[in-house]
Amino acid sequence: MNTLHVDIQPAHAGTLESSDAFVRVMPNDRAGVEIELESSVAEIYGDAIEASVLQTVLAMNVDRVKVMIQDKGALDFVIKARVQTALLRALGVSEPDWSTL
Amino acid sequence: MKDIEKYVNPKALTPSNASFFRYEEKSKGEERRAKLCLSIEEAIYRSGLKDGMTISFHHAFRGGDLLLNNVMNVIAKMGFKDLTLASSSLASVHDPLIEHIQNGVVTQIYTSGLRSKLGEAISKGLMQKPVQIHSHGGRVHLLQSGELHIDVAFLGVPVSDEFGNANGYSGRSKCGSLGYAMMDAHYADYVVVLSESLEAYPNVPASLHQDQVDAIVVVDEVGDPSKIGAGETRMTTNPKELLLASHTAKVIEHSGLFKEGFSIQTGTGGASLATTVFLSERMEEKGIHASFGLGGITGTMVYMLKRGLIKTLLDVQSFDEFAAKSIGENKNHIEISANEYANPSSKGASIKQLDIVVLSALEVDVAFNVNVITGSKGLLRGASGGHSDTAAEAKLSIIVAPLTRGRIPTVTQRVNTVVTPGATVDVLVTDQGIAVNPKNVELKERLKKAGLHVVDIHTLYERAIALCGEPAQIAYTDKIVAVIRYRDGSIIDVVRQLA
Repeated sequence: MNTLHVDIQPAHAGTLESSDAFVRVMPNDRAGVEIELESSVAEIYGDAIEASVLQTVLAMNVDRVKVMIQDKGALDFVIKARVQTALLRALGVSEPDWSTL
Repeated sequence: MKDIEKYVNPKALTPSNASFFRYEEKSKGEERRAKLCLSIEEAIYRSGLKDGMTISFHHAFRGGDLLLNNVMNVIAKMGFKDLTLASSSLASVHDPLIEHIQNGVVTQIYTSGLRSKLGEAISKGLMQKPVQIHSHGGRVHLLQSGELHIDVAFLGVPVSDEFGNANGYSGRSKCGSLGYAMMDAHYADYVVVLSESLEAYPNVPASLHQDQVDAIVVVDEVGDPSKIGAGETRMTTNPKELLLASHTAKVIEHSGLFKEGFSIQTGTGGASLATTVFLSERMEEKGIHASFGLGGITGTMVYMLKRGLIKTLLDVQSFDEFAAKSIGENKNHIEISANEYANPSSKGASIKQLDIVVLSALEVDVAFNVNVITGSKGLLRGASGGHSDTAAEAKLSIIVAPLTRGRIPTVTQRVNTVVTPGATVDVLVTDQGIAVNPKNVELKERLKKAGLHVVDIHTLYERAIALCGEPAQIAYTDKIVAVIRYRDGSIIDVVRQLA
């Protein structure tokens, strides 16, 4: 459960509808989590969204990953769910480890 | 001469200073078409416009206005600088003003609204002098008090005659009421009417009158009729807006004011229009009629007039083509000036007779202060309008807003900008509860008794934050980019430049 997942495939989840987010994840050369955020509420929630995405990725033990988010004002739980789904697809896992979510 | 002396005012007139009749030869009738100018340039030249003066426009064409940009281009080409622009409001169509500000043609602005790229550019420090944001009633007050003195007014109309009798409800680009333009025609030193068509004299009844108008220019087009009320008349299908409208209609119904002969003002936007529809149903069921509908008038209000649910419409601005047409056709659809509508120092403003007003908001804080001018990111993107005027005078002022818009909370700890003070707001209707201003003990009881979901405004705030999270503080510099003037001319807030 504590093993770091580094072998991931590009994957995505979500939509560009308002109040949703489109999340793409892909393997990255560098260690760690690289986040690229575009958000309609970046000025007031940009930092909160980045923190939440980072926390979600770390909780799923994924490393060497780039996460690109196009956020259309989604609430926090929506963004988390989209990131989790994108990562599960990237890992080729159909049943999540619920304890990490 | 001695025998005349007794007939003249002995204190002022004496035979030595009295002027005596002398016939001057001229051909009769030559002045009939003297006001007509061949071009906007000629009218500007005749007006005696100089650098540093104040020019004005009205905003009845709203998003379809073509005139302001055209006149400003001519003024810029003629080389004028350092002008004060006093348009009764500005819409997104006026973004080209940015260039005129950059080039020093316009150095000061008075307006009710600022939006789009112009609002954004000003928020980011485009102008040296802060913009003065006034309410619709407050603008008349500024004109009356003399702070705002218009040197030359450029008033677009669809139809005028060769002497300047003009109205807004006939012709091609109908804007309906000329309630705001009436003030410019009254107070400006020089009045230019720009008309799409020329009718035979006399074009009556007139909204702008022959004895107010100095010059007339016939222009190809003053407005784009399809955009004058674009997006305002559509009946909403958005479930959240319908829910808000249904709550609002119930608040009105149980407010204690919903009686034969009540009066009402509603704004534009989905929830507001739907409120009038729901309210109409209740009025028909209960056999209640409204004595008048006030303010910006929409097609739904006209429909209520035609069905006999409202006796009279008092229209300072027509929000859509149906209202614009109706004002010329229905004898109980009356055009009123901004002074008759909302000026706090007017001898009689209709808002002082108003029972209920339904208003929107970008933000409302826990003290019920309302912001309708700056967005969640601190940008100027709204209009003061008649918001603070009606909230202050109507017996019941209802603010209607969704608790959140996407991730943006509407109910906040402290609004970015105060336009309407909380003391004048009676109740806030959201999709997740109704908050009554604590000073209205009786209203709160009435609404509770009616089974409405009444909550403390702090509960709404906490709910909004639980959904959206605490927003980060917007970073501003010290520079003031806009001053929010309350309706009496006092400063109620300022907007600072974004960092």
